[in-house]
Amino acid sequence: MNDVVTTTTYDEDVLIQELGYDDHFHDHHHGDKYQSNFIMHYIFSMDHKIIARQFLITGMFWAVIGGLMSLVFRLQLGFPEESMAWLKPVLGKWIVLNDAGIGTLAPEFYYALVTMHGTIIVFFVLTAGLSGTFSNLLIPLQIGARDMASPFLNMLSYWFFFLAGVVMFASLFLSTGPFSGGWTAYPPLSALPQASTGSGAGMTLWVTSLVFFVVSVLLGGVNYITTVLNMRTKGMTMWRMPLTIWAFFITAIIGLLSFPVLVSGLLMVMMDRGLGTSFFLSEIFIGGQALEHVGGSPILYQHLFWFLGHPEVYIIILPAMGIVSEVLSVHARKPIFGYKAMVYSILAIAFLSFIVWAHHMFMSGVNPFISNFFVIFTLIIAVPSAVKVFNWITTLYGGNIRFNSANLFAIGFVSMFISGGLTGIFLGNSAIDIQLHDTYFVVAHFHIVMGIAAFFGMYAGVYHWFPKMFGRFMNETLGKIHFWVTMIGAYAIFWPMHYIGMAGVPRRYYSFDSFQAFSHFSELNQFITIAAIIVFAAQVLMVINFFYSIWRGKVVTEKNPWGASTLEWTTPINAGHGNWEGNIPAVQRWPYDYGKDGKEFIPQIVPLAEGEKDGGDH
Amino acid sequence: MNAGAVTEIRNSRSKIHPKQFALLIACASIMMMFAAWTSAYIVRQAAGNWLEFRMPDLFFVSTAVILLSSLSLHSSYISFKRGNEQMYKLLLVTTFILGIAFLVLQYMGWQAMIEIGVPLKTNPSGDFVYMISGAHALHILGGIAVLIVAMLHAFILKFNPTPARKLRFELTLTYWHFVDLLWVYLLLFLTLQG
Repeated sequence: MNDVVTTTTYDEDVLIQELGYDDHFHDHHHGDKYQSNFIMHYIFSMDHKIIARQFLITGMFWAVIGGLMSLVFRLQLGFPEESMAWLKPVLGKWIVLNDAGIGTLAPEFYYALVTMHGTIIVFFVLTAGLSGTFSNLLIPLQIGARDMASPFLNMLSYWFFFLAGVVMFASLFLSTGPFSGGWTAYPPLSALPQASTGSGAGMTLWVTSLVFFVVSVLLGGVNYITTVLNMRTKGMTMWRMPLTIWAFFITAIIGLLSFPVLVSGLLMVMMDRGLGTSFFLSEIFIGGQALEHVGGSPILYQHLFWFLGHPEVYIIILPAMGIVSEVLSVHARKPIFGYKAMVYSILAIAFLSFIVWAHHMFMSGVNPFISNFFVIFTLIIAVPSAVKVFNWITTLYGGNIRFNSANLFAIGFVSMFISGGLTGIFLGNSAIDIQLHDTYFVVAHFHIVMGIAAFFGMYAGVYHWFPKMFGRFMNETLGKIHFWVTMIGAYAIFWPMHYIGMAGVPRRYYSFDSFQAFSHFSELNQFITIAAIIVFAAQVLMVINFFYSIWRGKVVTEKNPWGASTLEWTTPINAGHGNWEGNIPAVQRWPYDYGKDGKEFIPQIVPLAEGEKDGGDH
Repeated sequence: MNAGAVTEIRNSRSKIHPKQFALLIACASIMMMFAAWTSAYIVRQAAGNWLEFRMPDLFFVSTAVILLSSLSLHSSYISFKRGNEQMYKLLLVTTFILGIAFLVLQYMGWQAMIEIGVPLKTNPSGDFVYMISGAHALHILGGIAVLIVAMLHAFILKFNPTPARKLRFELTLTYWHFVDLLWVYLLLFLTLQG
């Protein structure tokens, strides 16, 4: 590093005017069509920045619902003896009162809660709320485009997501309850309407909702890929794209290749349910009666489901990784370490994500010799993941780190990703999986590595880009409280689960009354439940901070409050439709010039000095 | 649709129109859905209890019809570009009729399957054929909807091959060729694998 670092101010407007190019966007006044009235501006908006906010706020709504559900079943697990009668006004008939007025949670509803918690958090919050929000916000802004390739399809993408949400929400109020066969919807619980209370109308609505959701993901994904490949501004070569864009781009490709496979599987489930085919059902007795279904294979469904299901976890984590790379670099005031290695590891993870799906099925009857293949590739994923971790740590090393909320969450992400990733190495071994499968060890692993970590990535993004979204800052003190409570609390919830899981306590069980061996975990379970309530309270604090700051937060007074080099910070503070008022900026250099040549940072629109080498071209 | 807005935003340096590119990606996505079914078919077939039967000949007739329809739509596109209005309209309608004929033939094909003793629920081997060809027929139906829009444009609007209308025709053409080739793949798969 240079000894003297000067803060240089750049006149971005002049640079954009002189070096950017005129796409005649403003000659036509198309912008007005988008923002002419309230409905077109805020509801059926075709502006990517508004759509991003719609995805974010809808995702937050679902995060609260999904989080509350987990609290209810955590109460059951932590305090099975306590009366839940006080929840009767909310949950109604799902709280069963005995003669003494002691309320217990209906076991069917416990399963429904577990199922809905998984479905909602995986799809609605961490897929739509995370990649939907930030892909929409950042792709056009960071590559220098006026909007998405098709603003109309982009709007449809949000509204299909909304529709999926409405259908799923409606299913919560069915008299038979929402679907309760697990978020993976394995047959026969999903394929036989009479299999359980939630398998009837609940499952029908679940499938309907998911099909709408897939349509939303595909419409979004088509748009993201097309926009990244076709609409980059002058000078924005692929190797000058910020890592956020690389992550969103590859995520969209994974989604487009894997979600259709889920639809295939779900259509076969629907045929088994509605038309009486036997793709997944074989020799089943219900109430002593043999069903007509013969010759189906439930394992086949698992193959189809996990062909989506595994890439899906990368659909969740890659955008978080991209956001973290960007946030860490900006707030450590250092270039990202190993830019190209980061890109290649994203590509490697994306490729490997398609050939590891059967590691979710080691214990469900796949050939153990085939398992070997999946063990090897699963363990190989550790390599690109480790490359990324090393690069994040080395990016921080020696940096002039700002410990603000955004960066704390980014650092927290790295911690969570390491802790959760290491347990993945255990689970990826089919031999160790004999002991660990379907225990709380698995629950702890995936919650840390893709639940908490992805949430941390999302929070880093929200705190970092809030000024861009709303023209105000979020409250830093509340942000730091939010971070520390969540960081410590999340470990308090999930760390003990590893021990419970290693002892063999199975997940998804309603109660452990009849298992003498597990009774000494009851206090640990109480501890976990209390930690979960505290962590949830911290998330409520974040939601309050979010909405308070939209209207009352500290106003942003300069275009580039973080001193970041990427293009989104060259737009006006409250950018209108089309993002840039005059010309589109032209890109002159890679996005990570921090602390170079004695300058604190150099925006991407500043031309290379005489003899200066571009950072990306190592 | 805001075709105008997109054309405005469009980066003039790109070689392929973003909408055409987006359509190709969507096609790849649809292809993945059918690839999943044909893979599931292979896995399920290997598990045994599999009824073997010959695909009814009607499916080969329908294949010839759908191939012809692709040919006629392509010729219609060429006529459109050359400004041959009569030929363009005639071939567009021909394509539409061939498309409908394909669906009718598929339906007759399913009837023929019932006649040879493979109705739905007999065995997964037959159920796969119904499901795969049925899902494909839905995609053809989508194509026919697009053809109806194209015909409305042809017969209501004044003949004028503007870039916007040329693009719209190209998108229709790409999708129609795609569902055509998709069927050829599916039929080859079901014939050779089954």
